[in-house]
Amino acid sequence: MNAPDRIREQDEKLARERKAIVRDGPKLKGAELAARLDRTWRRPPGILGWLATVDHKEIGRRYIVTALIFLALGGALALLMRLQLARPDNNLISASRYNELFTMHGSTMMFLFAVPVMEGIAVYIIPLMLGTRSTAFPRLNAFSYFMYLFGGLMLWGAFALNIGPDIGWFAYTPLSGPQFSPGKRADVWAQMITFTEVAALAAAVVLTCTILKCRAPGMTLARMPLFAWAMLVVAVMIIFSMPSIALASSMLISDRLVGTNFFNAYEHGDALLWQHLFWFFGHPEVYIIFLPATGFVSVITETFCRRPVFAYPVVVLSLVSTGILAFGLWVHHMFATGLPRVGYSFYTAASMTVAIPTALQIFCWLATMWDGRPRLAVPMLYVIGFIVTFVIGGLTGVIIAAVPLDLELHDTYFIVAHFHYVLIGGAVFPLLGILTYWYPKFTGRMMHEALGKIGFWLLFLGFQLAFFPMHFAGLLGMPRRVYTYPAGLGLELPNLLSTIGAFAVALAVVLFVTNGLFSLYRGVLAPANPWGAASLEWATSSPPPAYNFAHIPVVESQTPLWDSPAELPVVTGLRVDQKEMLLTTVVAAAPDLREPVPEPSLWPFISAVAVGVLFISSIFSPWAIVFGAIPSAIALTAWFWPKDMNRLPEPVIS
Amino acid sequence: MIPVPRFTDDVADLPTTKFGTSSLTWWGILGYMVIEGAAFGLAFAAYFFLMGHEQGWPPEGRQAPNLLFGTLFTIVILLSEIPNTAIKKAAHKRDVPAIRALMPVIVAIGAVLLVIRGFEFNNLNCRWTDNAYASIVWALLLLHTVHIMTDWFDTIVLWLLMRTDLGWEGRRLVDTDENSLYWRYVWLLWIPIYLMIYWVPRL
Repeated sequence: MNAPDRIREQDEKLARERKAIVRDGPKLKGAELAARLDRTWRRPPGILGWLATVDHKEIGRRYIVTALIFLALGGALALLMRLQLARPDNNLISASRYNELFTMHGSTMMFLFAVPVMEGIAVYIIPLMLGTRSTAFPRLNAFSYFMYLFGGLMLWGAFALNIGPDIGWFAYTPLSGPQFSPGKRADVWAQMITFTEVAALAAAVVLTCTILKCRAPGMTLARMPLFAWAMLVVAVMIIFSMPSIALASSMLISDRLVGTNFFNAYEHGDALLWQHLFWFFGHPEVYIIFLPATGFVSVITETFCRRPVFAYPVVVLSLVSTGILAFGLWVHHMFATGLPRVGYSFYTAASMTVAIPTALQIFCWLATMWDGRPRLAVPMLYVIGFIVTFVIGGLTGVIIAAVPLDLELHDTYFIVAHFHYVLIGGAVFPLLGILTYWYPKFTGRMMHEALGKIGFWLLFLGFQLAFFPMHFAGLLGMPRRVYTYPAGLGLELPNLLSTIGAFAVALAVVLFVTNGLFSLYRGVLAPANPWGAASLEWATSSPPPAYNFAHIPVVESQTPLWDSPAELPVVTGLRVDQKEMLLTTVVAAAPDLREPVPEPSLWPFISAVAVGVLFISSIFSPWAIVFGAIPSAIALTAWFWPKDMNRLPEPVIS
Repeated sequence: MIPVPRFTDDVADLPTTKFGTSSLTWWGILGYMVIEGAAFGLAFAAYFFLMGHEQGWPPEGRQAPNLLFGTLFTIVILLSEIPNTAIKKAAHKRDVPAIRALMPVIVAIGAVLLVIRGFEFNNLNCRWTDNAYASIVWALLLLHTVHIMTDWFDTIVLWLLMRTDLGWEGRRLVDTDENSLYWRYVWLLWIPIYLMIYWVPRL
């Protein structure tokens, strides 16, 4: 209505042009379609093309590789600490350097390795698993990676320049406040948080929208792969929990930089406010790391037992209820701060309750194995190692959920043992399993099986040797975060065993990396579906082409590739000459819209640089926020602004 | 082996834009609204947490912020919903001339709001360095100011884009619709902040 004649004429002309657009279909398929899609979807070559890419597979791969490098760096710090603790009264590392080491180790592992690696895998695999061509908002996805990278580089750059943080990975006030931590170490930590939160939140929005809107037609919520369910729950948890740490670290930096008094008890602030805000994020964070791993376990168990996971609805409900309960537990980190009695009872009960959905999931996996015919290939070994180790960690968790025991064991090596059991056993074991499992999809080659098995056993046994004795060290009263211990208290043996175990773990990781690098060039070539799996990521070649699928698959059950292995139902009609994807409805996954996919662009990178400069300079002056906002606003506007001002027959995001 | 395609449906006739929950950006914006809502919600929690420690609120010897500018701000931002709704409706009707006429109005209102906001900061009767009360009050007002400024800026960008021929494109009308949705969120969030800054200290 009331469009001027000129616009009406344009509309009619565009409608005519729309009819001539080339689309896939029975008349355009096979090699010709593949060649044309490749021309449309391939990114420009060279360094600029590398910086501009919006391909979720490239971004996911970078996320994974970067996170694994941070894992190696964080692991190296752990080895240094274990060397220092190998014998009593050791003076290999000074007390203050030791403070830096455990702070960098914890911060790196939590913020630069564990969460990003899970998001990276999801960014790579979720669109393939859902049968679509791209994530939602691929430019936001690219921006997210660069923010994460810059945050990690800043933290490690500062450490290399000897201004690395030394306040513990949870940076408790008042220690981290202006009075007790002069200098810039605490500010570096707080801004690393800001970087990684921006990155994680962006990736969480990308994943949520991808999972809700980009599924293949017919993939109703009730048919969605369990890994997608796990990542949906995780992404929503990130959205609700990470603002808390972003707010807390902003308050900390403003206390330090412009003299606010949020945590300053002399002016009626409260150090415990920090602990509440930190753990409101910090506890869900643990499940943000653990739940993707449960998704991995479901994927591996299904494939290697050759039957769908037992009691799918129970597993989904367990994921959702764990996600909700995780927000009611944070105070159990604060039992030693003194609470009202009802607070103790409530948070003890809540902490024990969360064991229920987790146990249900474990029973479902065991039932799947019981009923199926498990093949003990490397990924499945990691699943079994996970179940054993995680159950031990879960049991010590129930122990320390009880207040009297927690008050006894708080801040001892018992806690260190507990959370390494749940985080390494619960997340890193399934991670290495799934990396072995998806390696052929990522690279087109298989990892070496025998080397993988040796690596698994070395890791599994080395891990137990490193961390099981810590329970005893903790029961004997050895506090965490103290750079040495006196002789004669019975701590020598457990510490020496832990150090030996830590080096065995390191050797296993080196073996895994060697296997990964060796197989990249010498591994057996992988077919499209080497494990005989059921989900859609295996319906395309290994590695997948830039456009993922030549035609968009249609899903008729929870295990599409097991229904009819030789043929795949598909829908047609997406554009071939421009990047386009299919959106479906949120619950029923009925075809809803055709959505243009953005062209590669340098602006996400430039925006990340501008925002990065703002964040880093705001360590030094509050005015950086004002002046840094200008280039950031320009870059973000240029990102959004259409590059072609002519009206086109159908939308293109240039 | 890659399975052979079995052709079922054709989606070529599907539209490329729809308003509301079909739109991908609608979900993206919802995601960011929840993020911001969570941050504001936790800041509110921090406000009441700090308040719980005090004998008086504001602490003794302090005055509550002056009501005039905060209340004026509230009235103007509530009235801004009238042109905002008109823009949203015009987007659904593809009434581009109406959008082009109304967007400068909402941009001007945003500018007025930012000026009033400056006076609000001057009438808090405290500086952020005074004590924890002052810090959290400044934080709430500053957070909301950032909220207003970012939305004001992207409304200007959208307005400039709507003035070009591309303003007739379905995607840009969806952008307009969702920008209006976001502005509603900005003023909705202001209501609890207004009550916390100006009225809770008077209880």
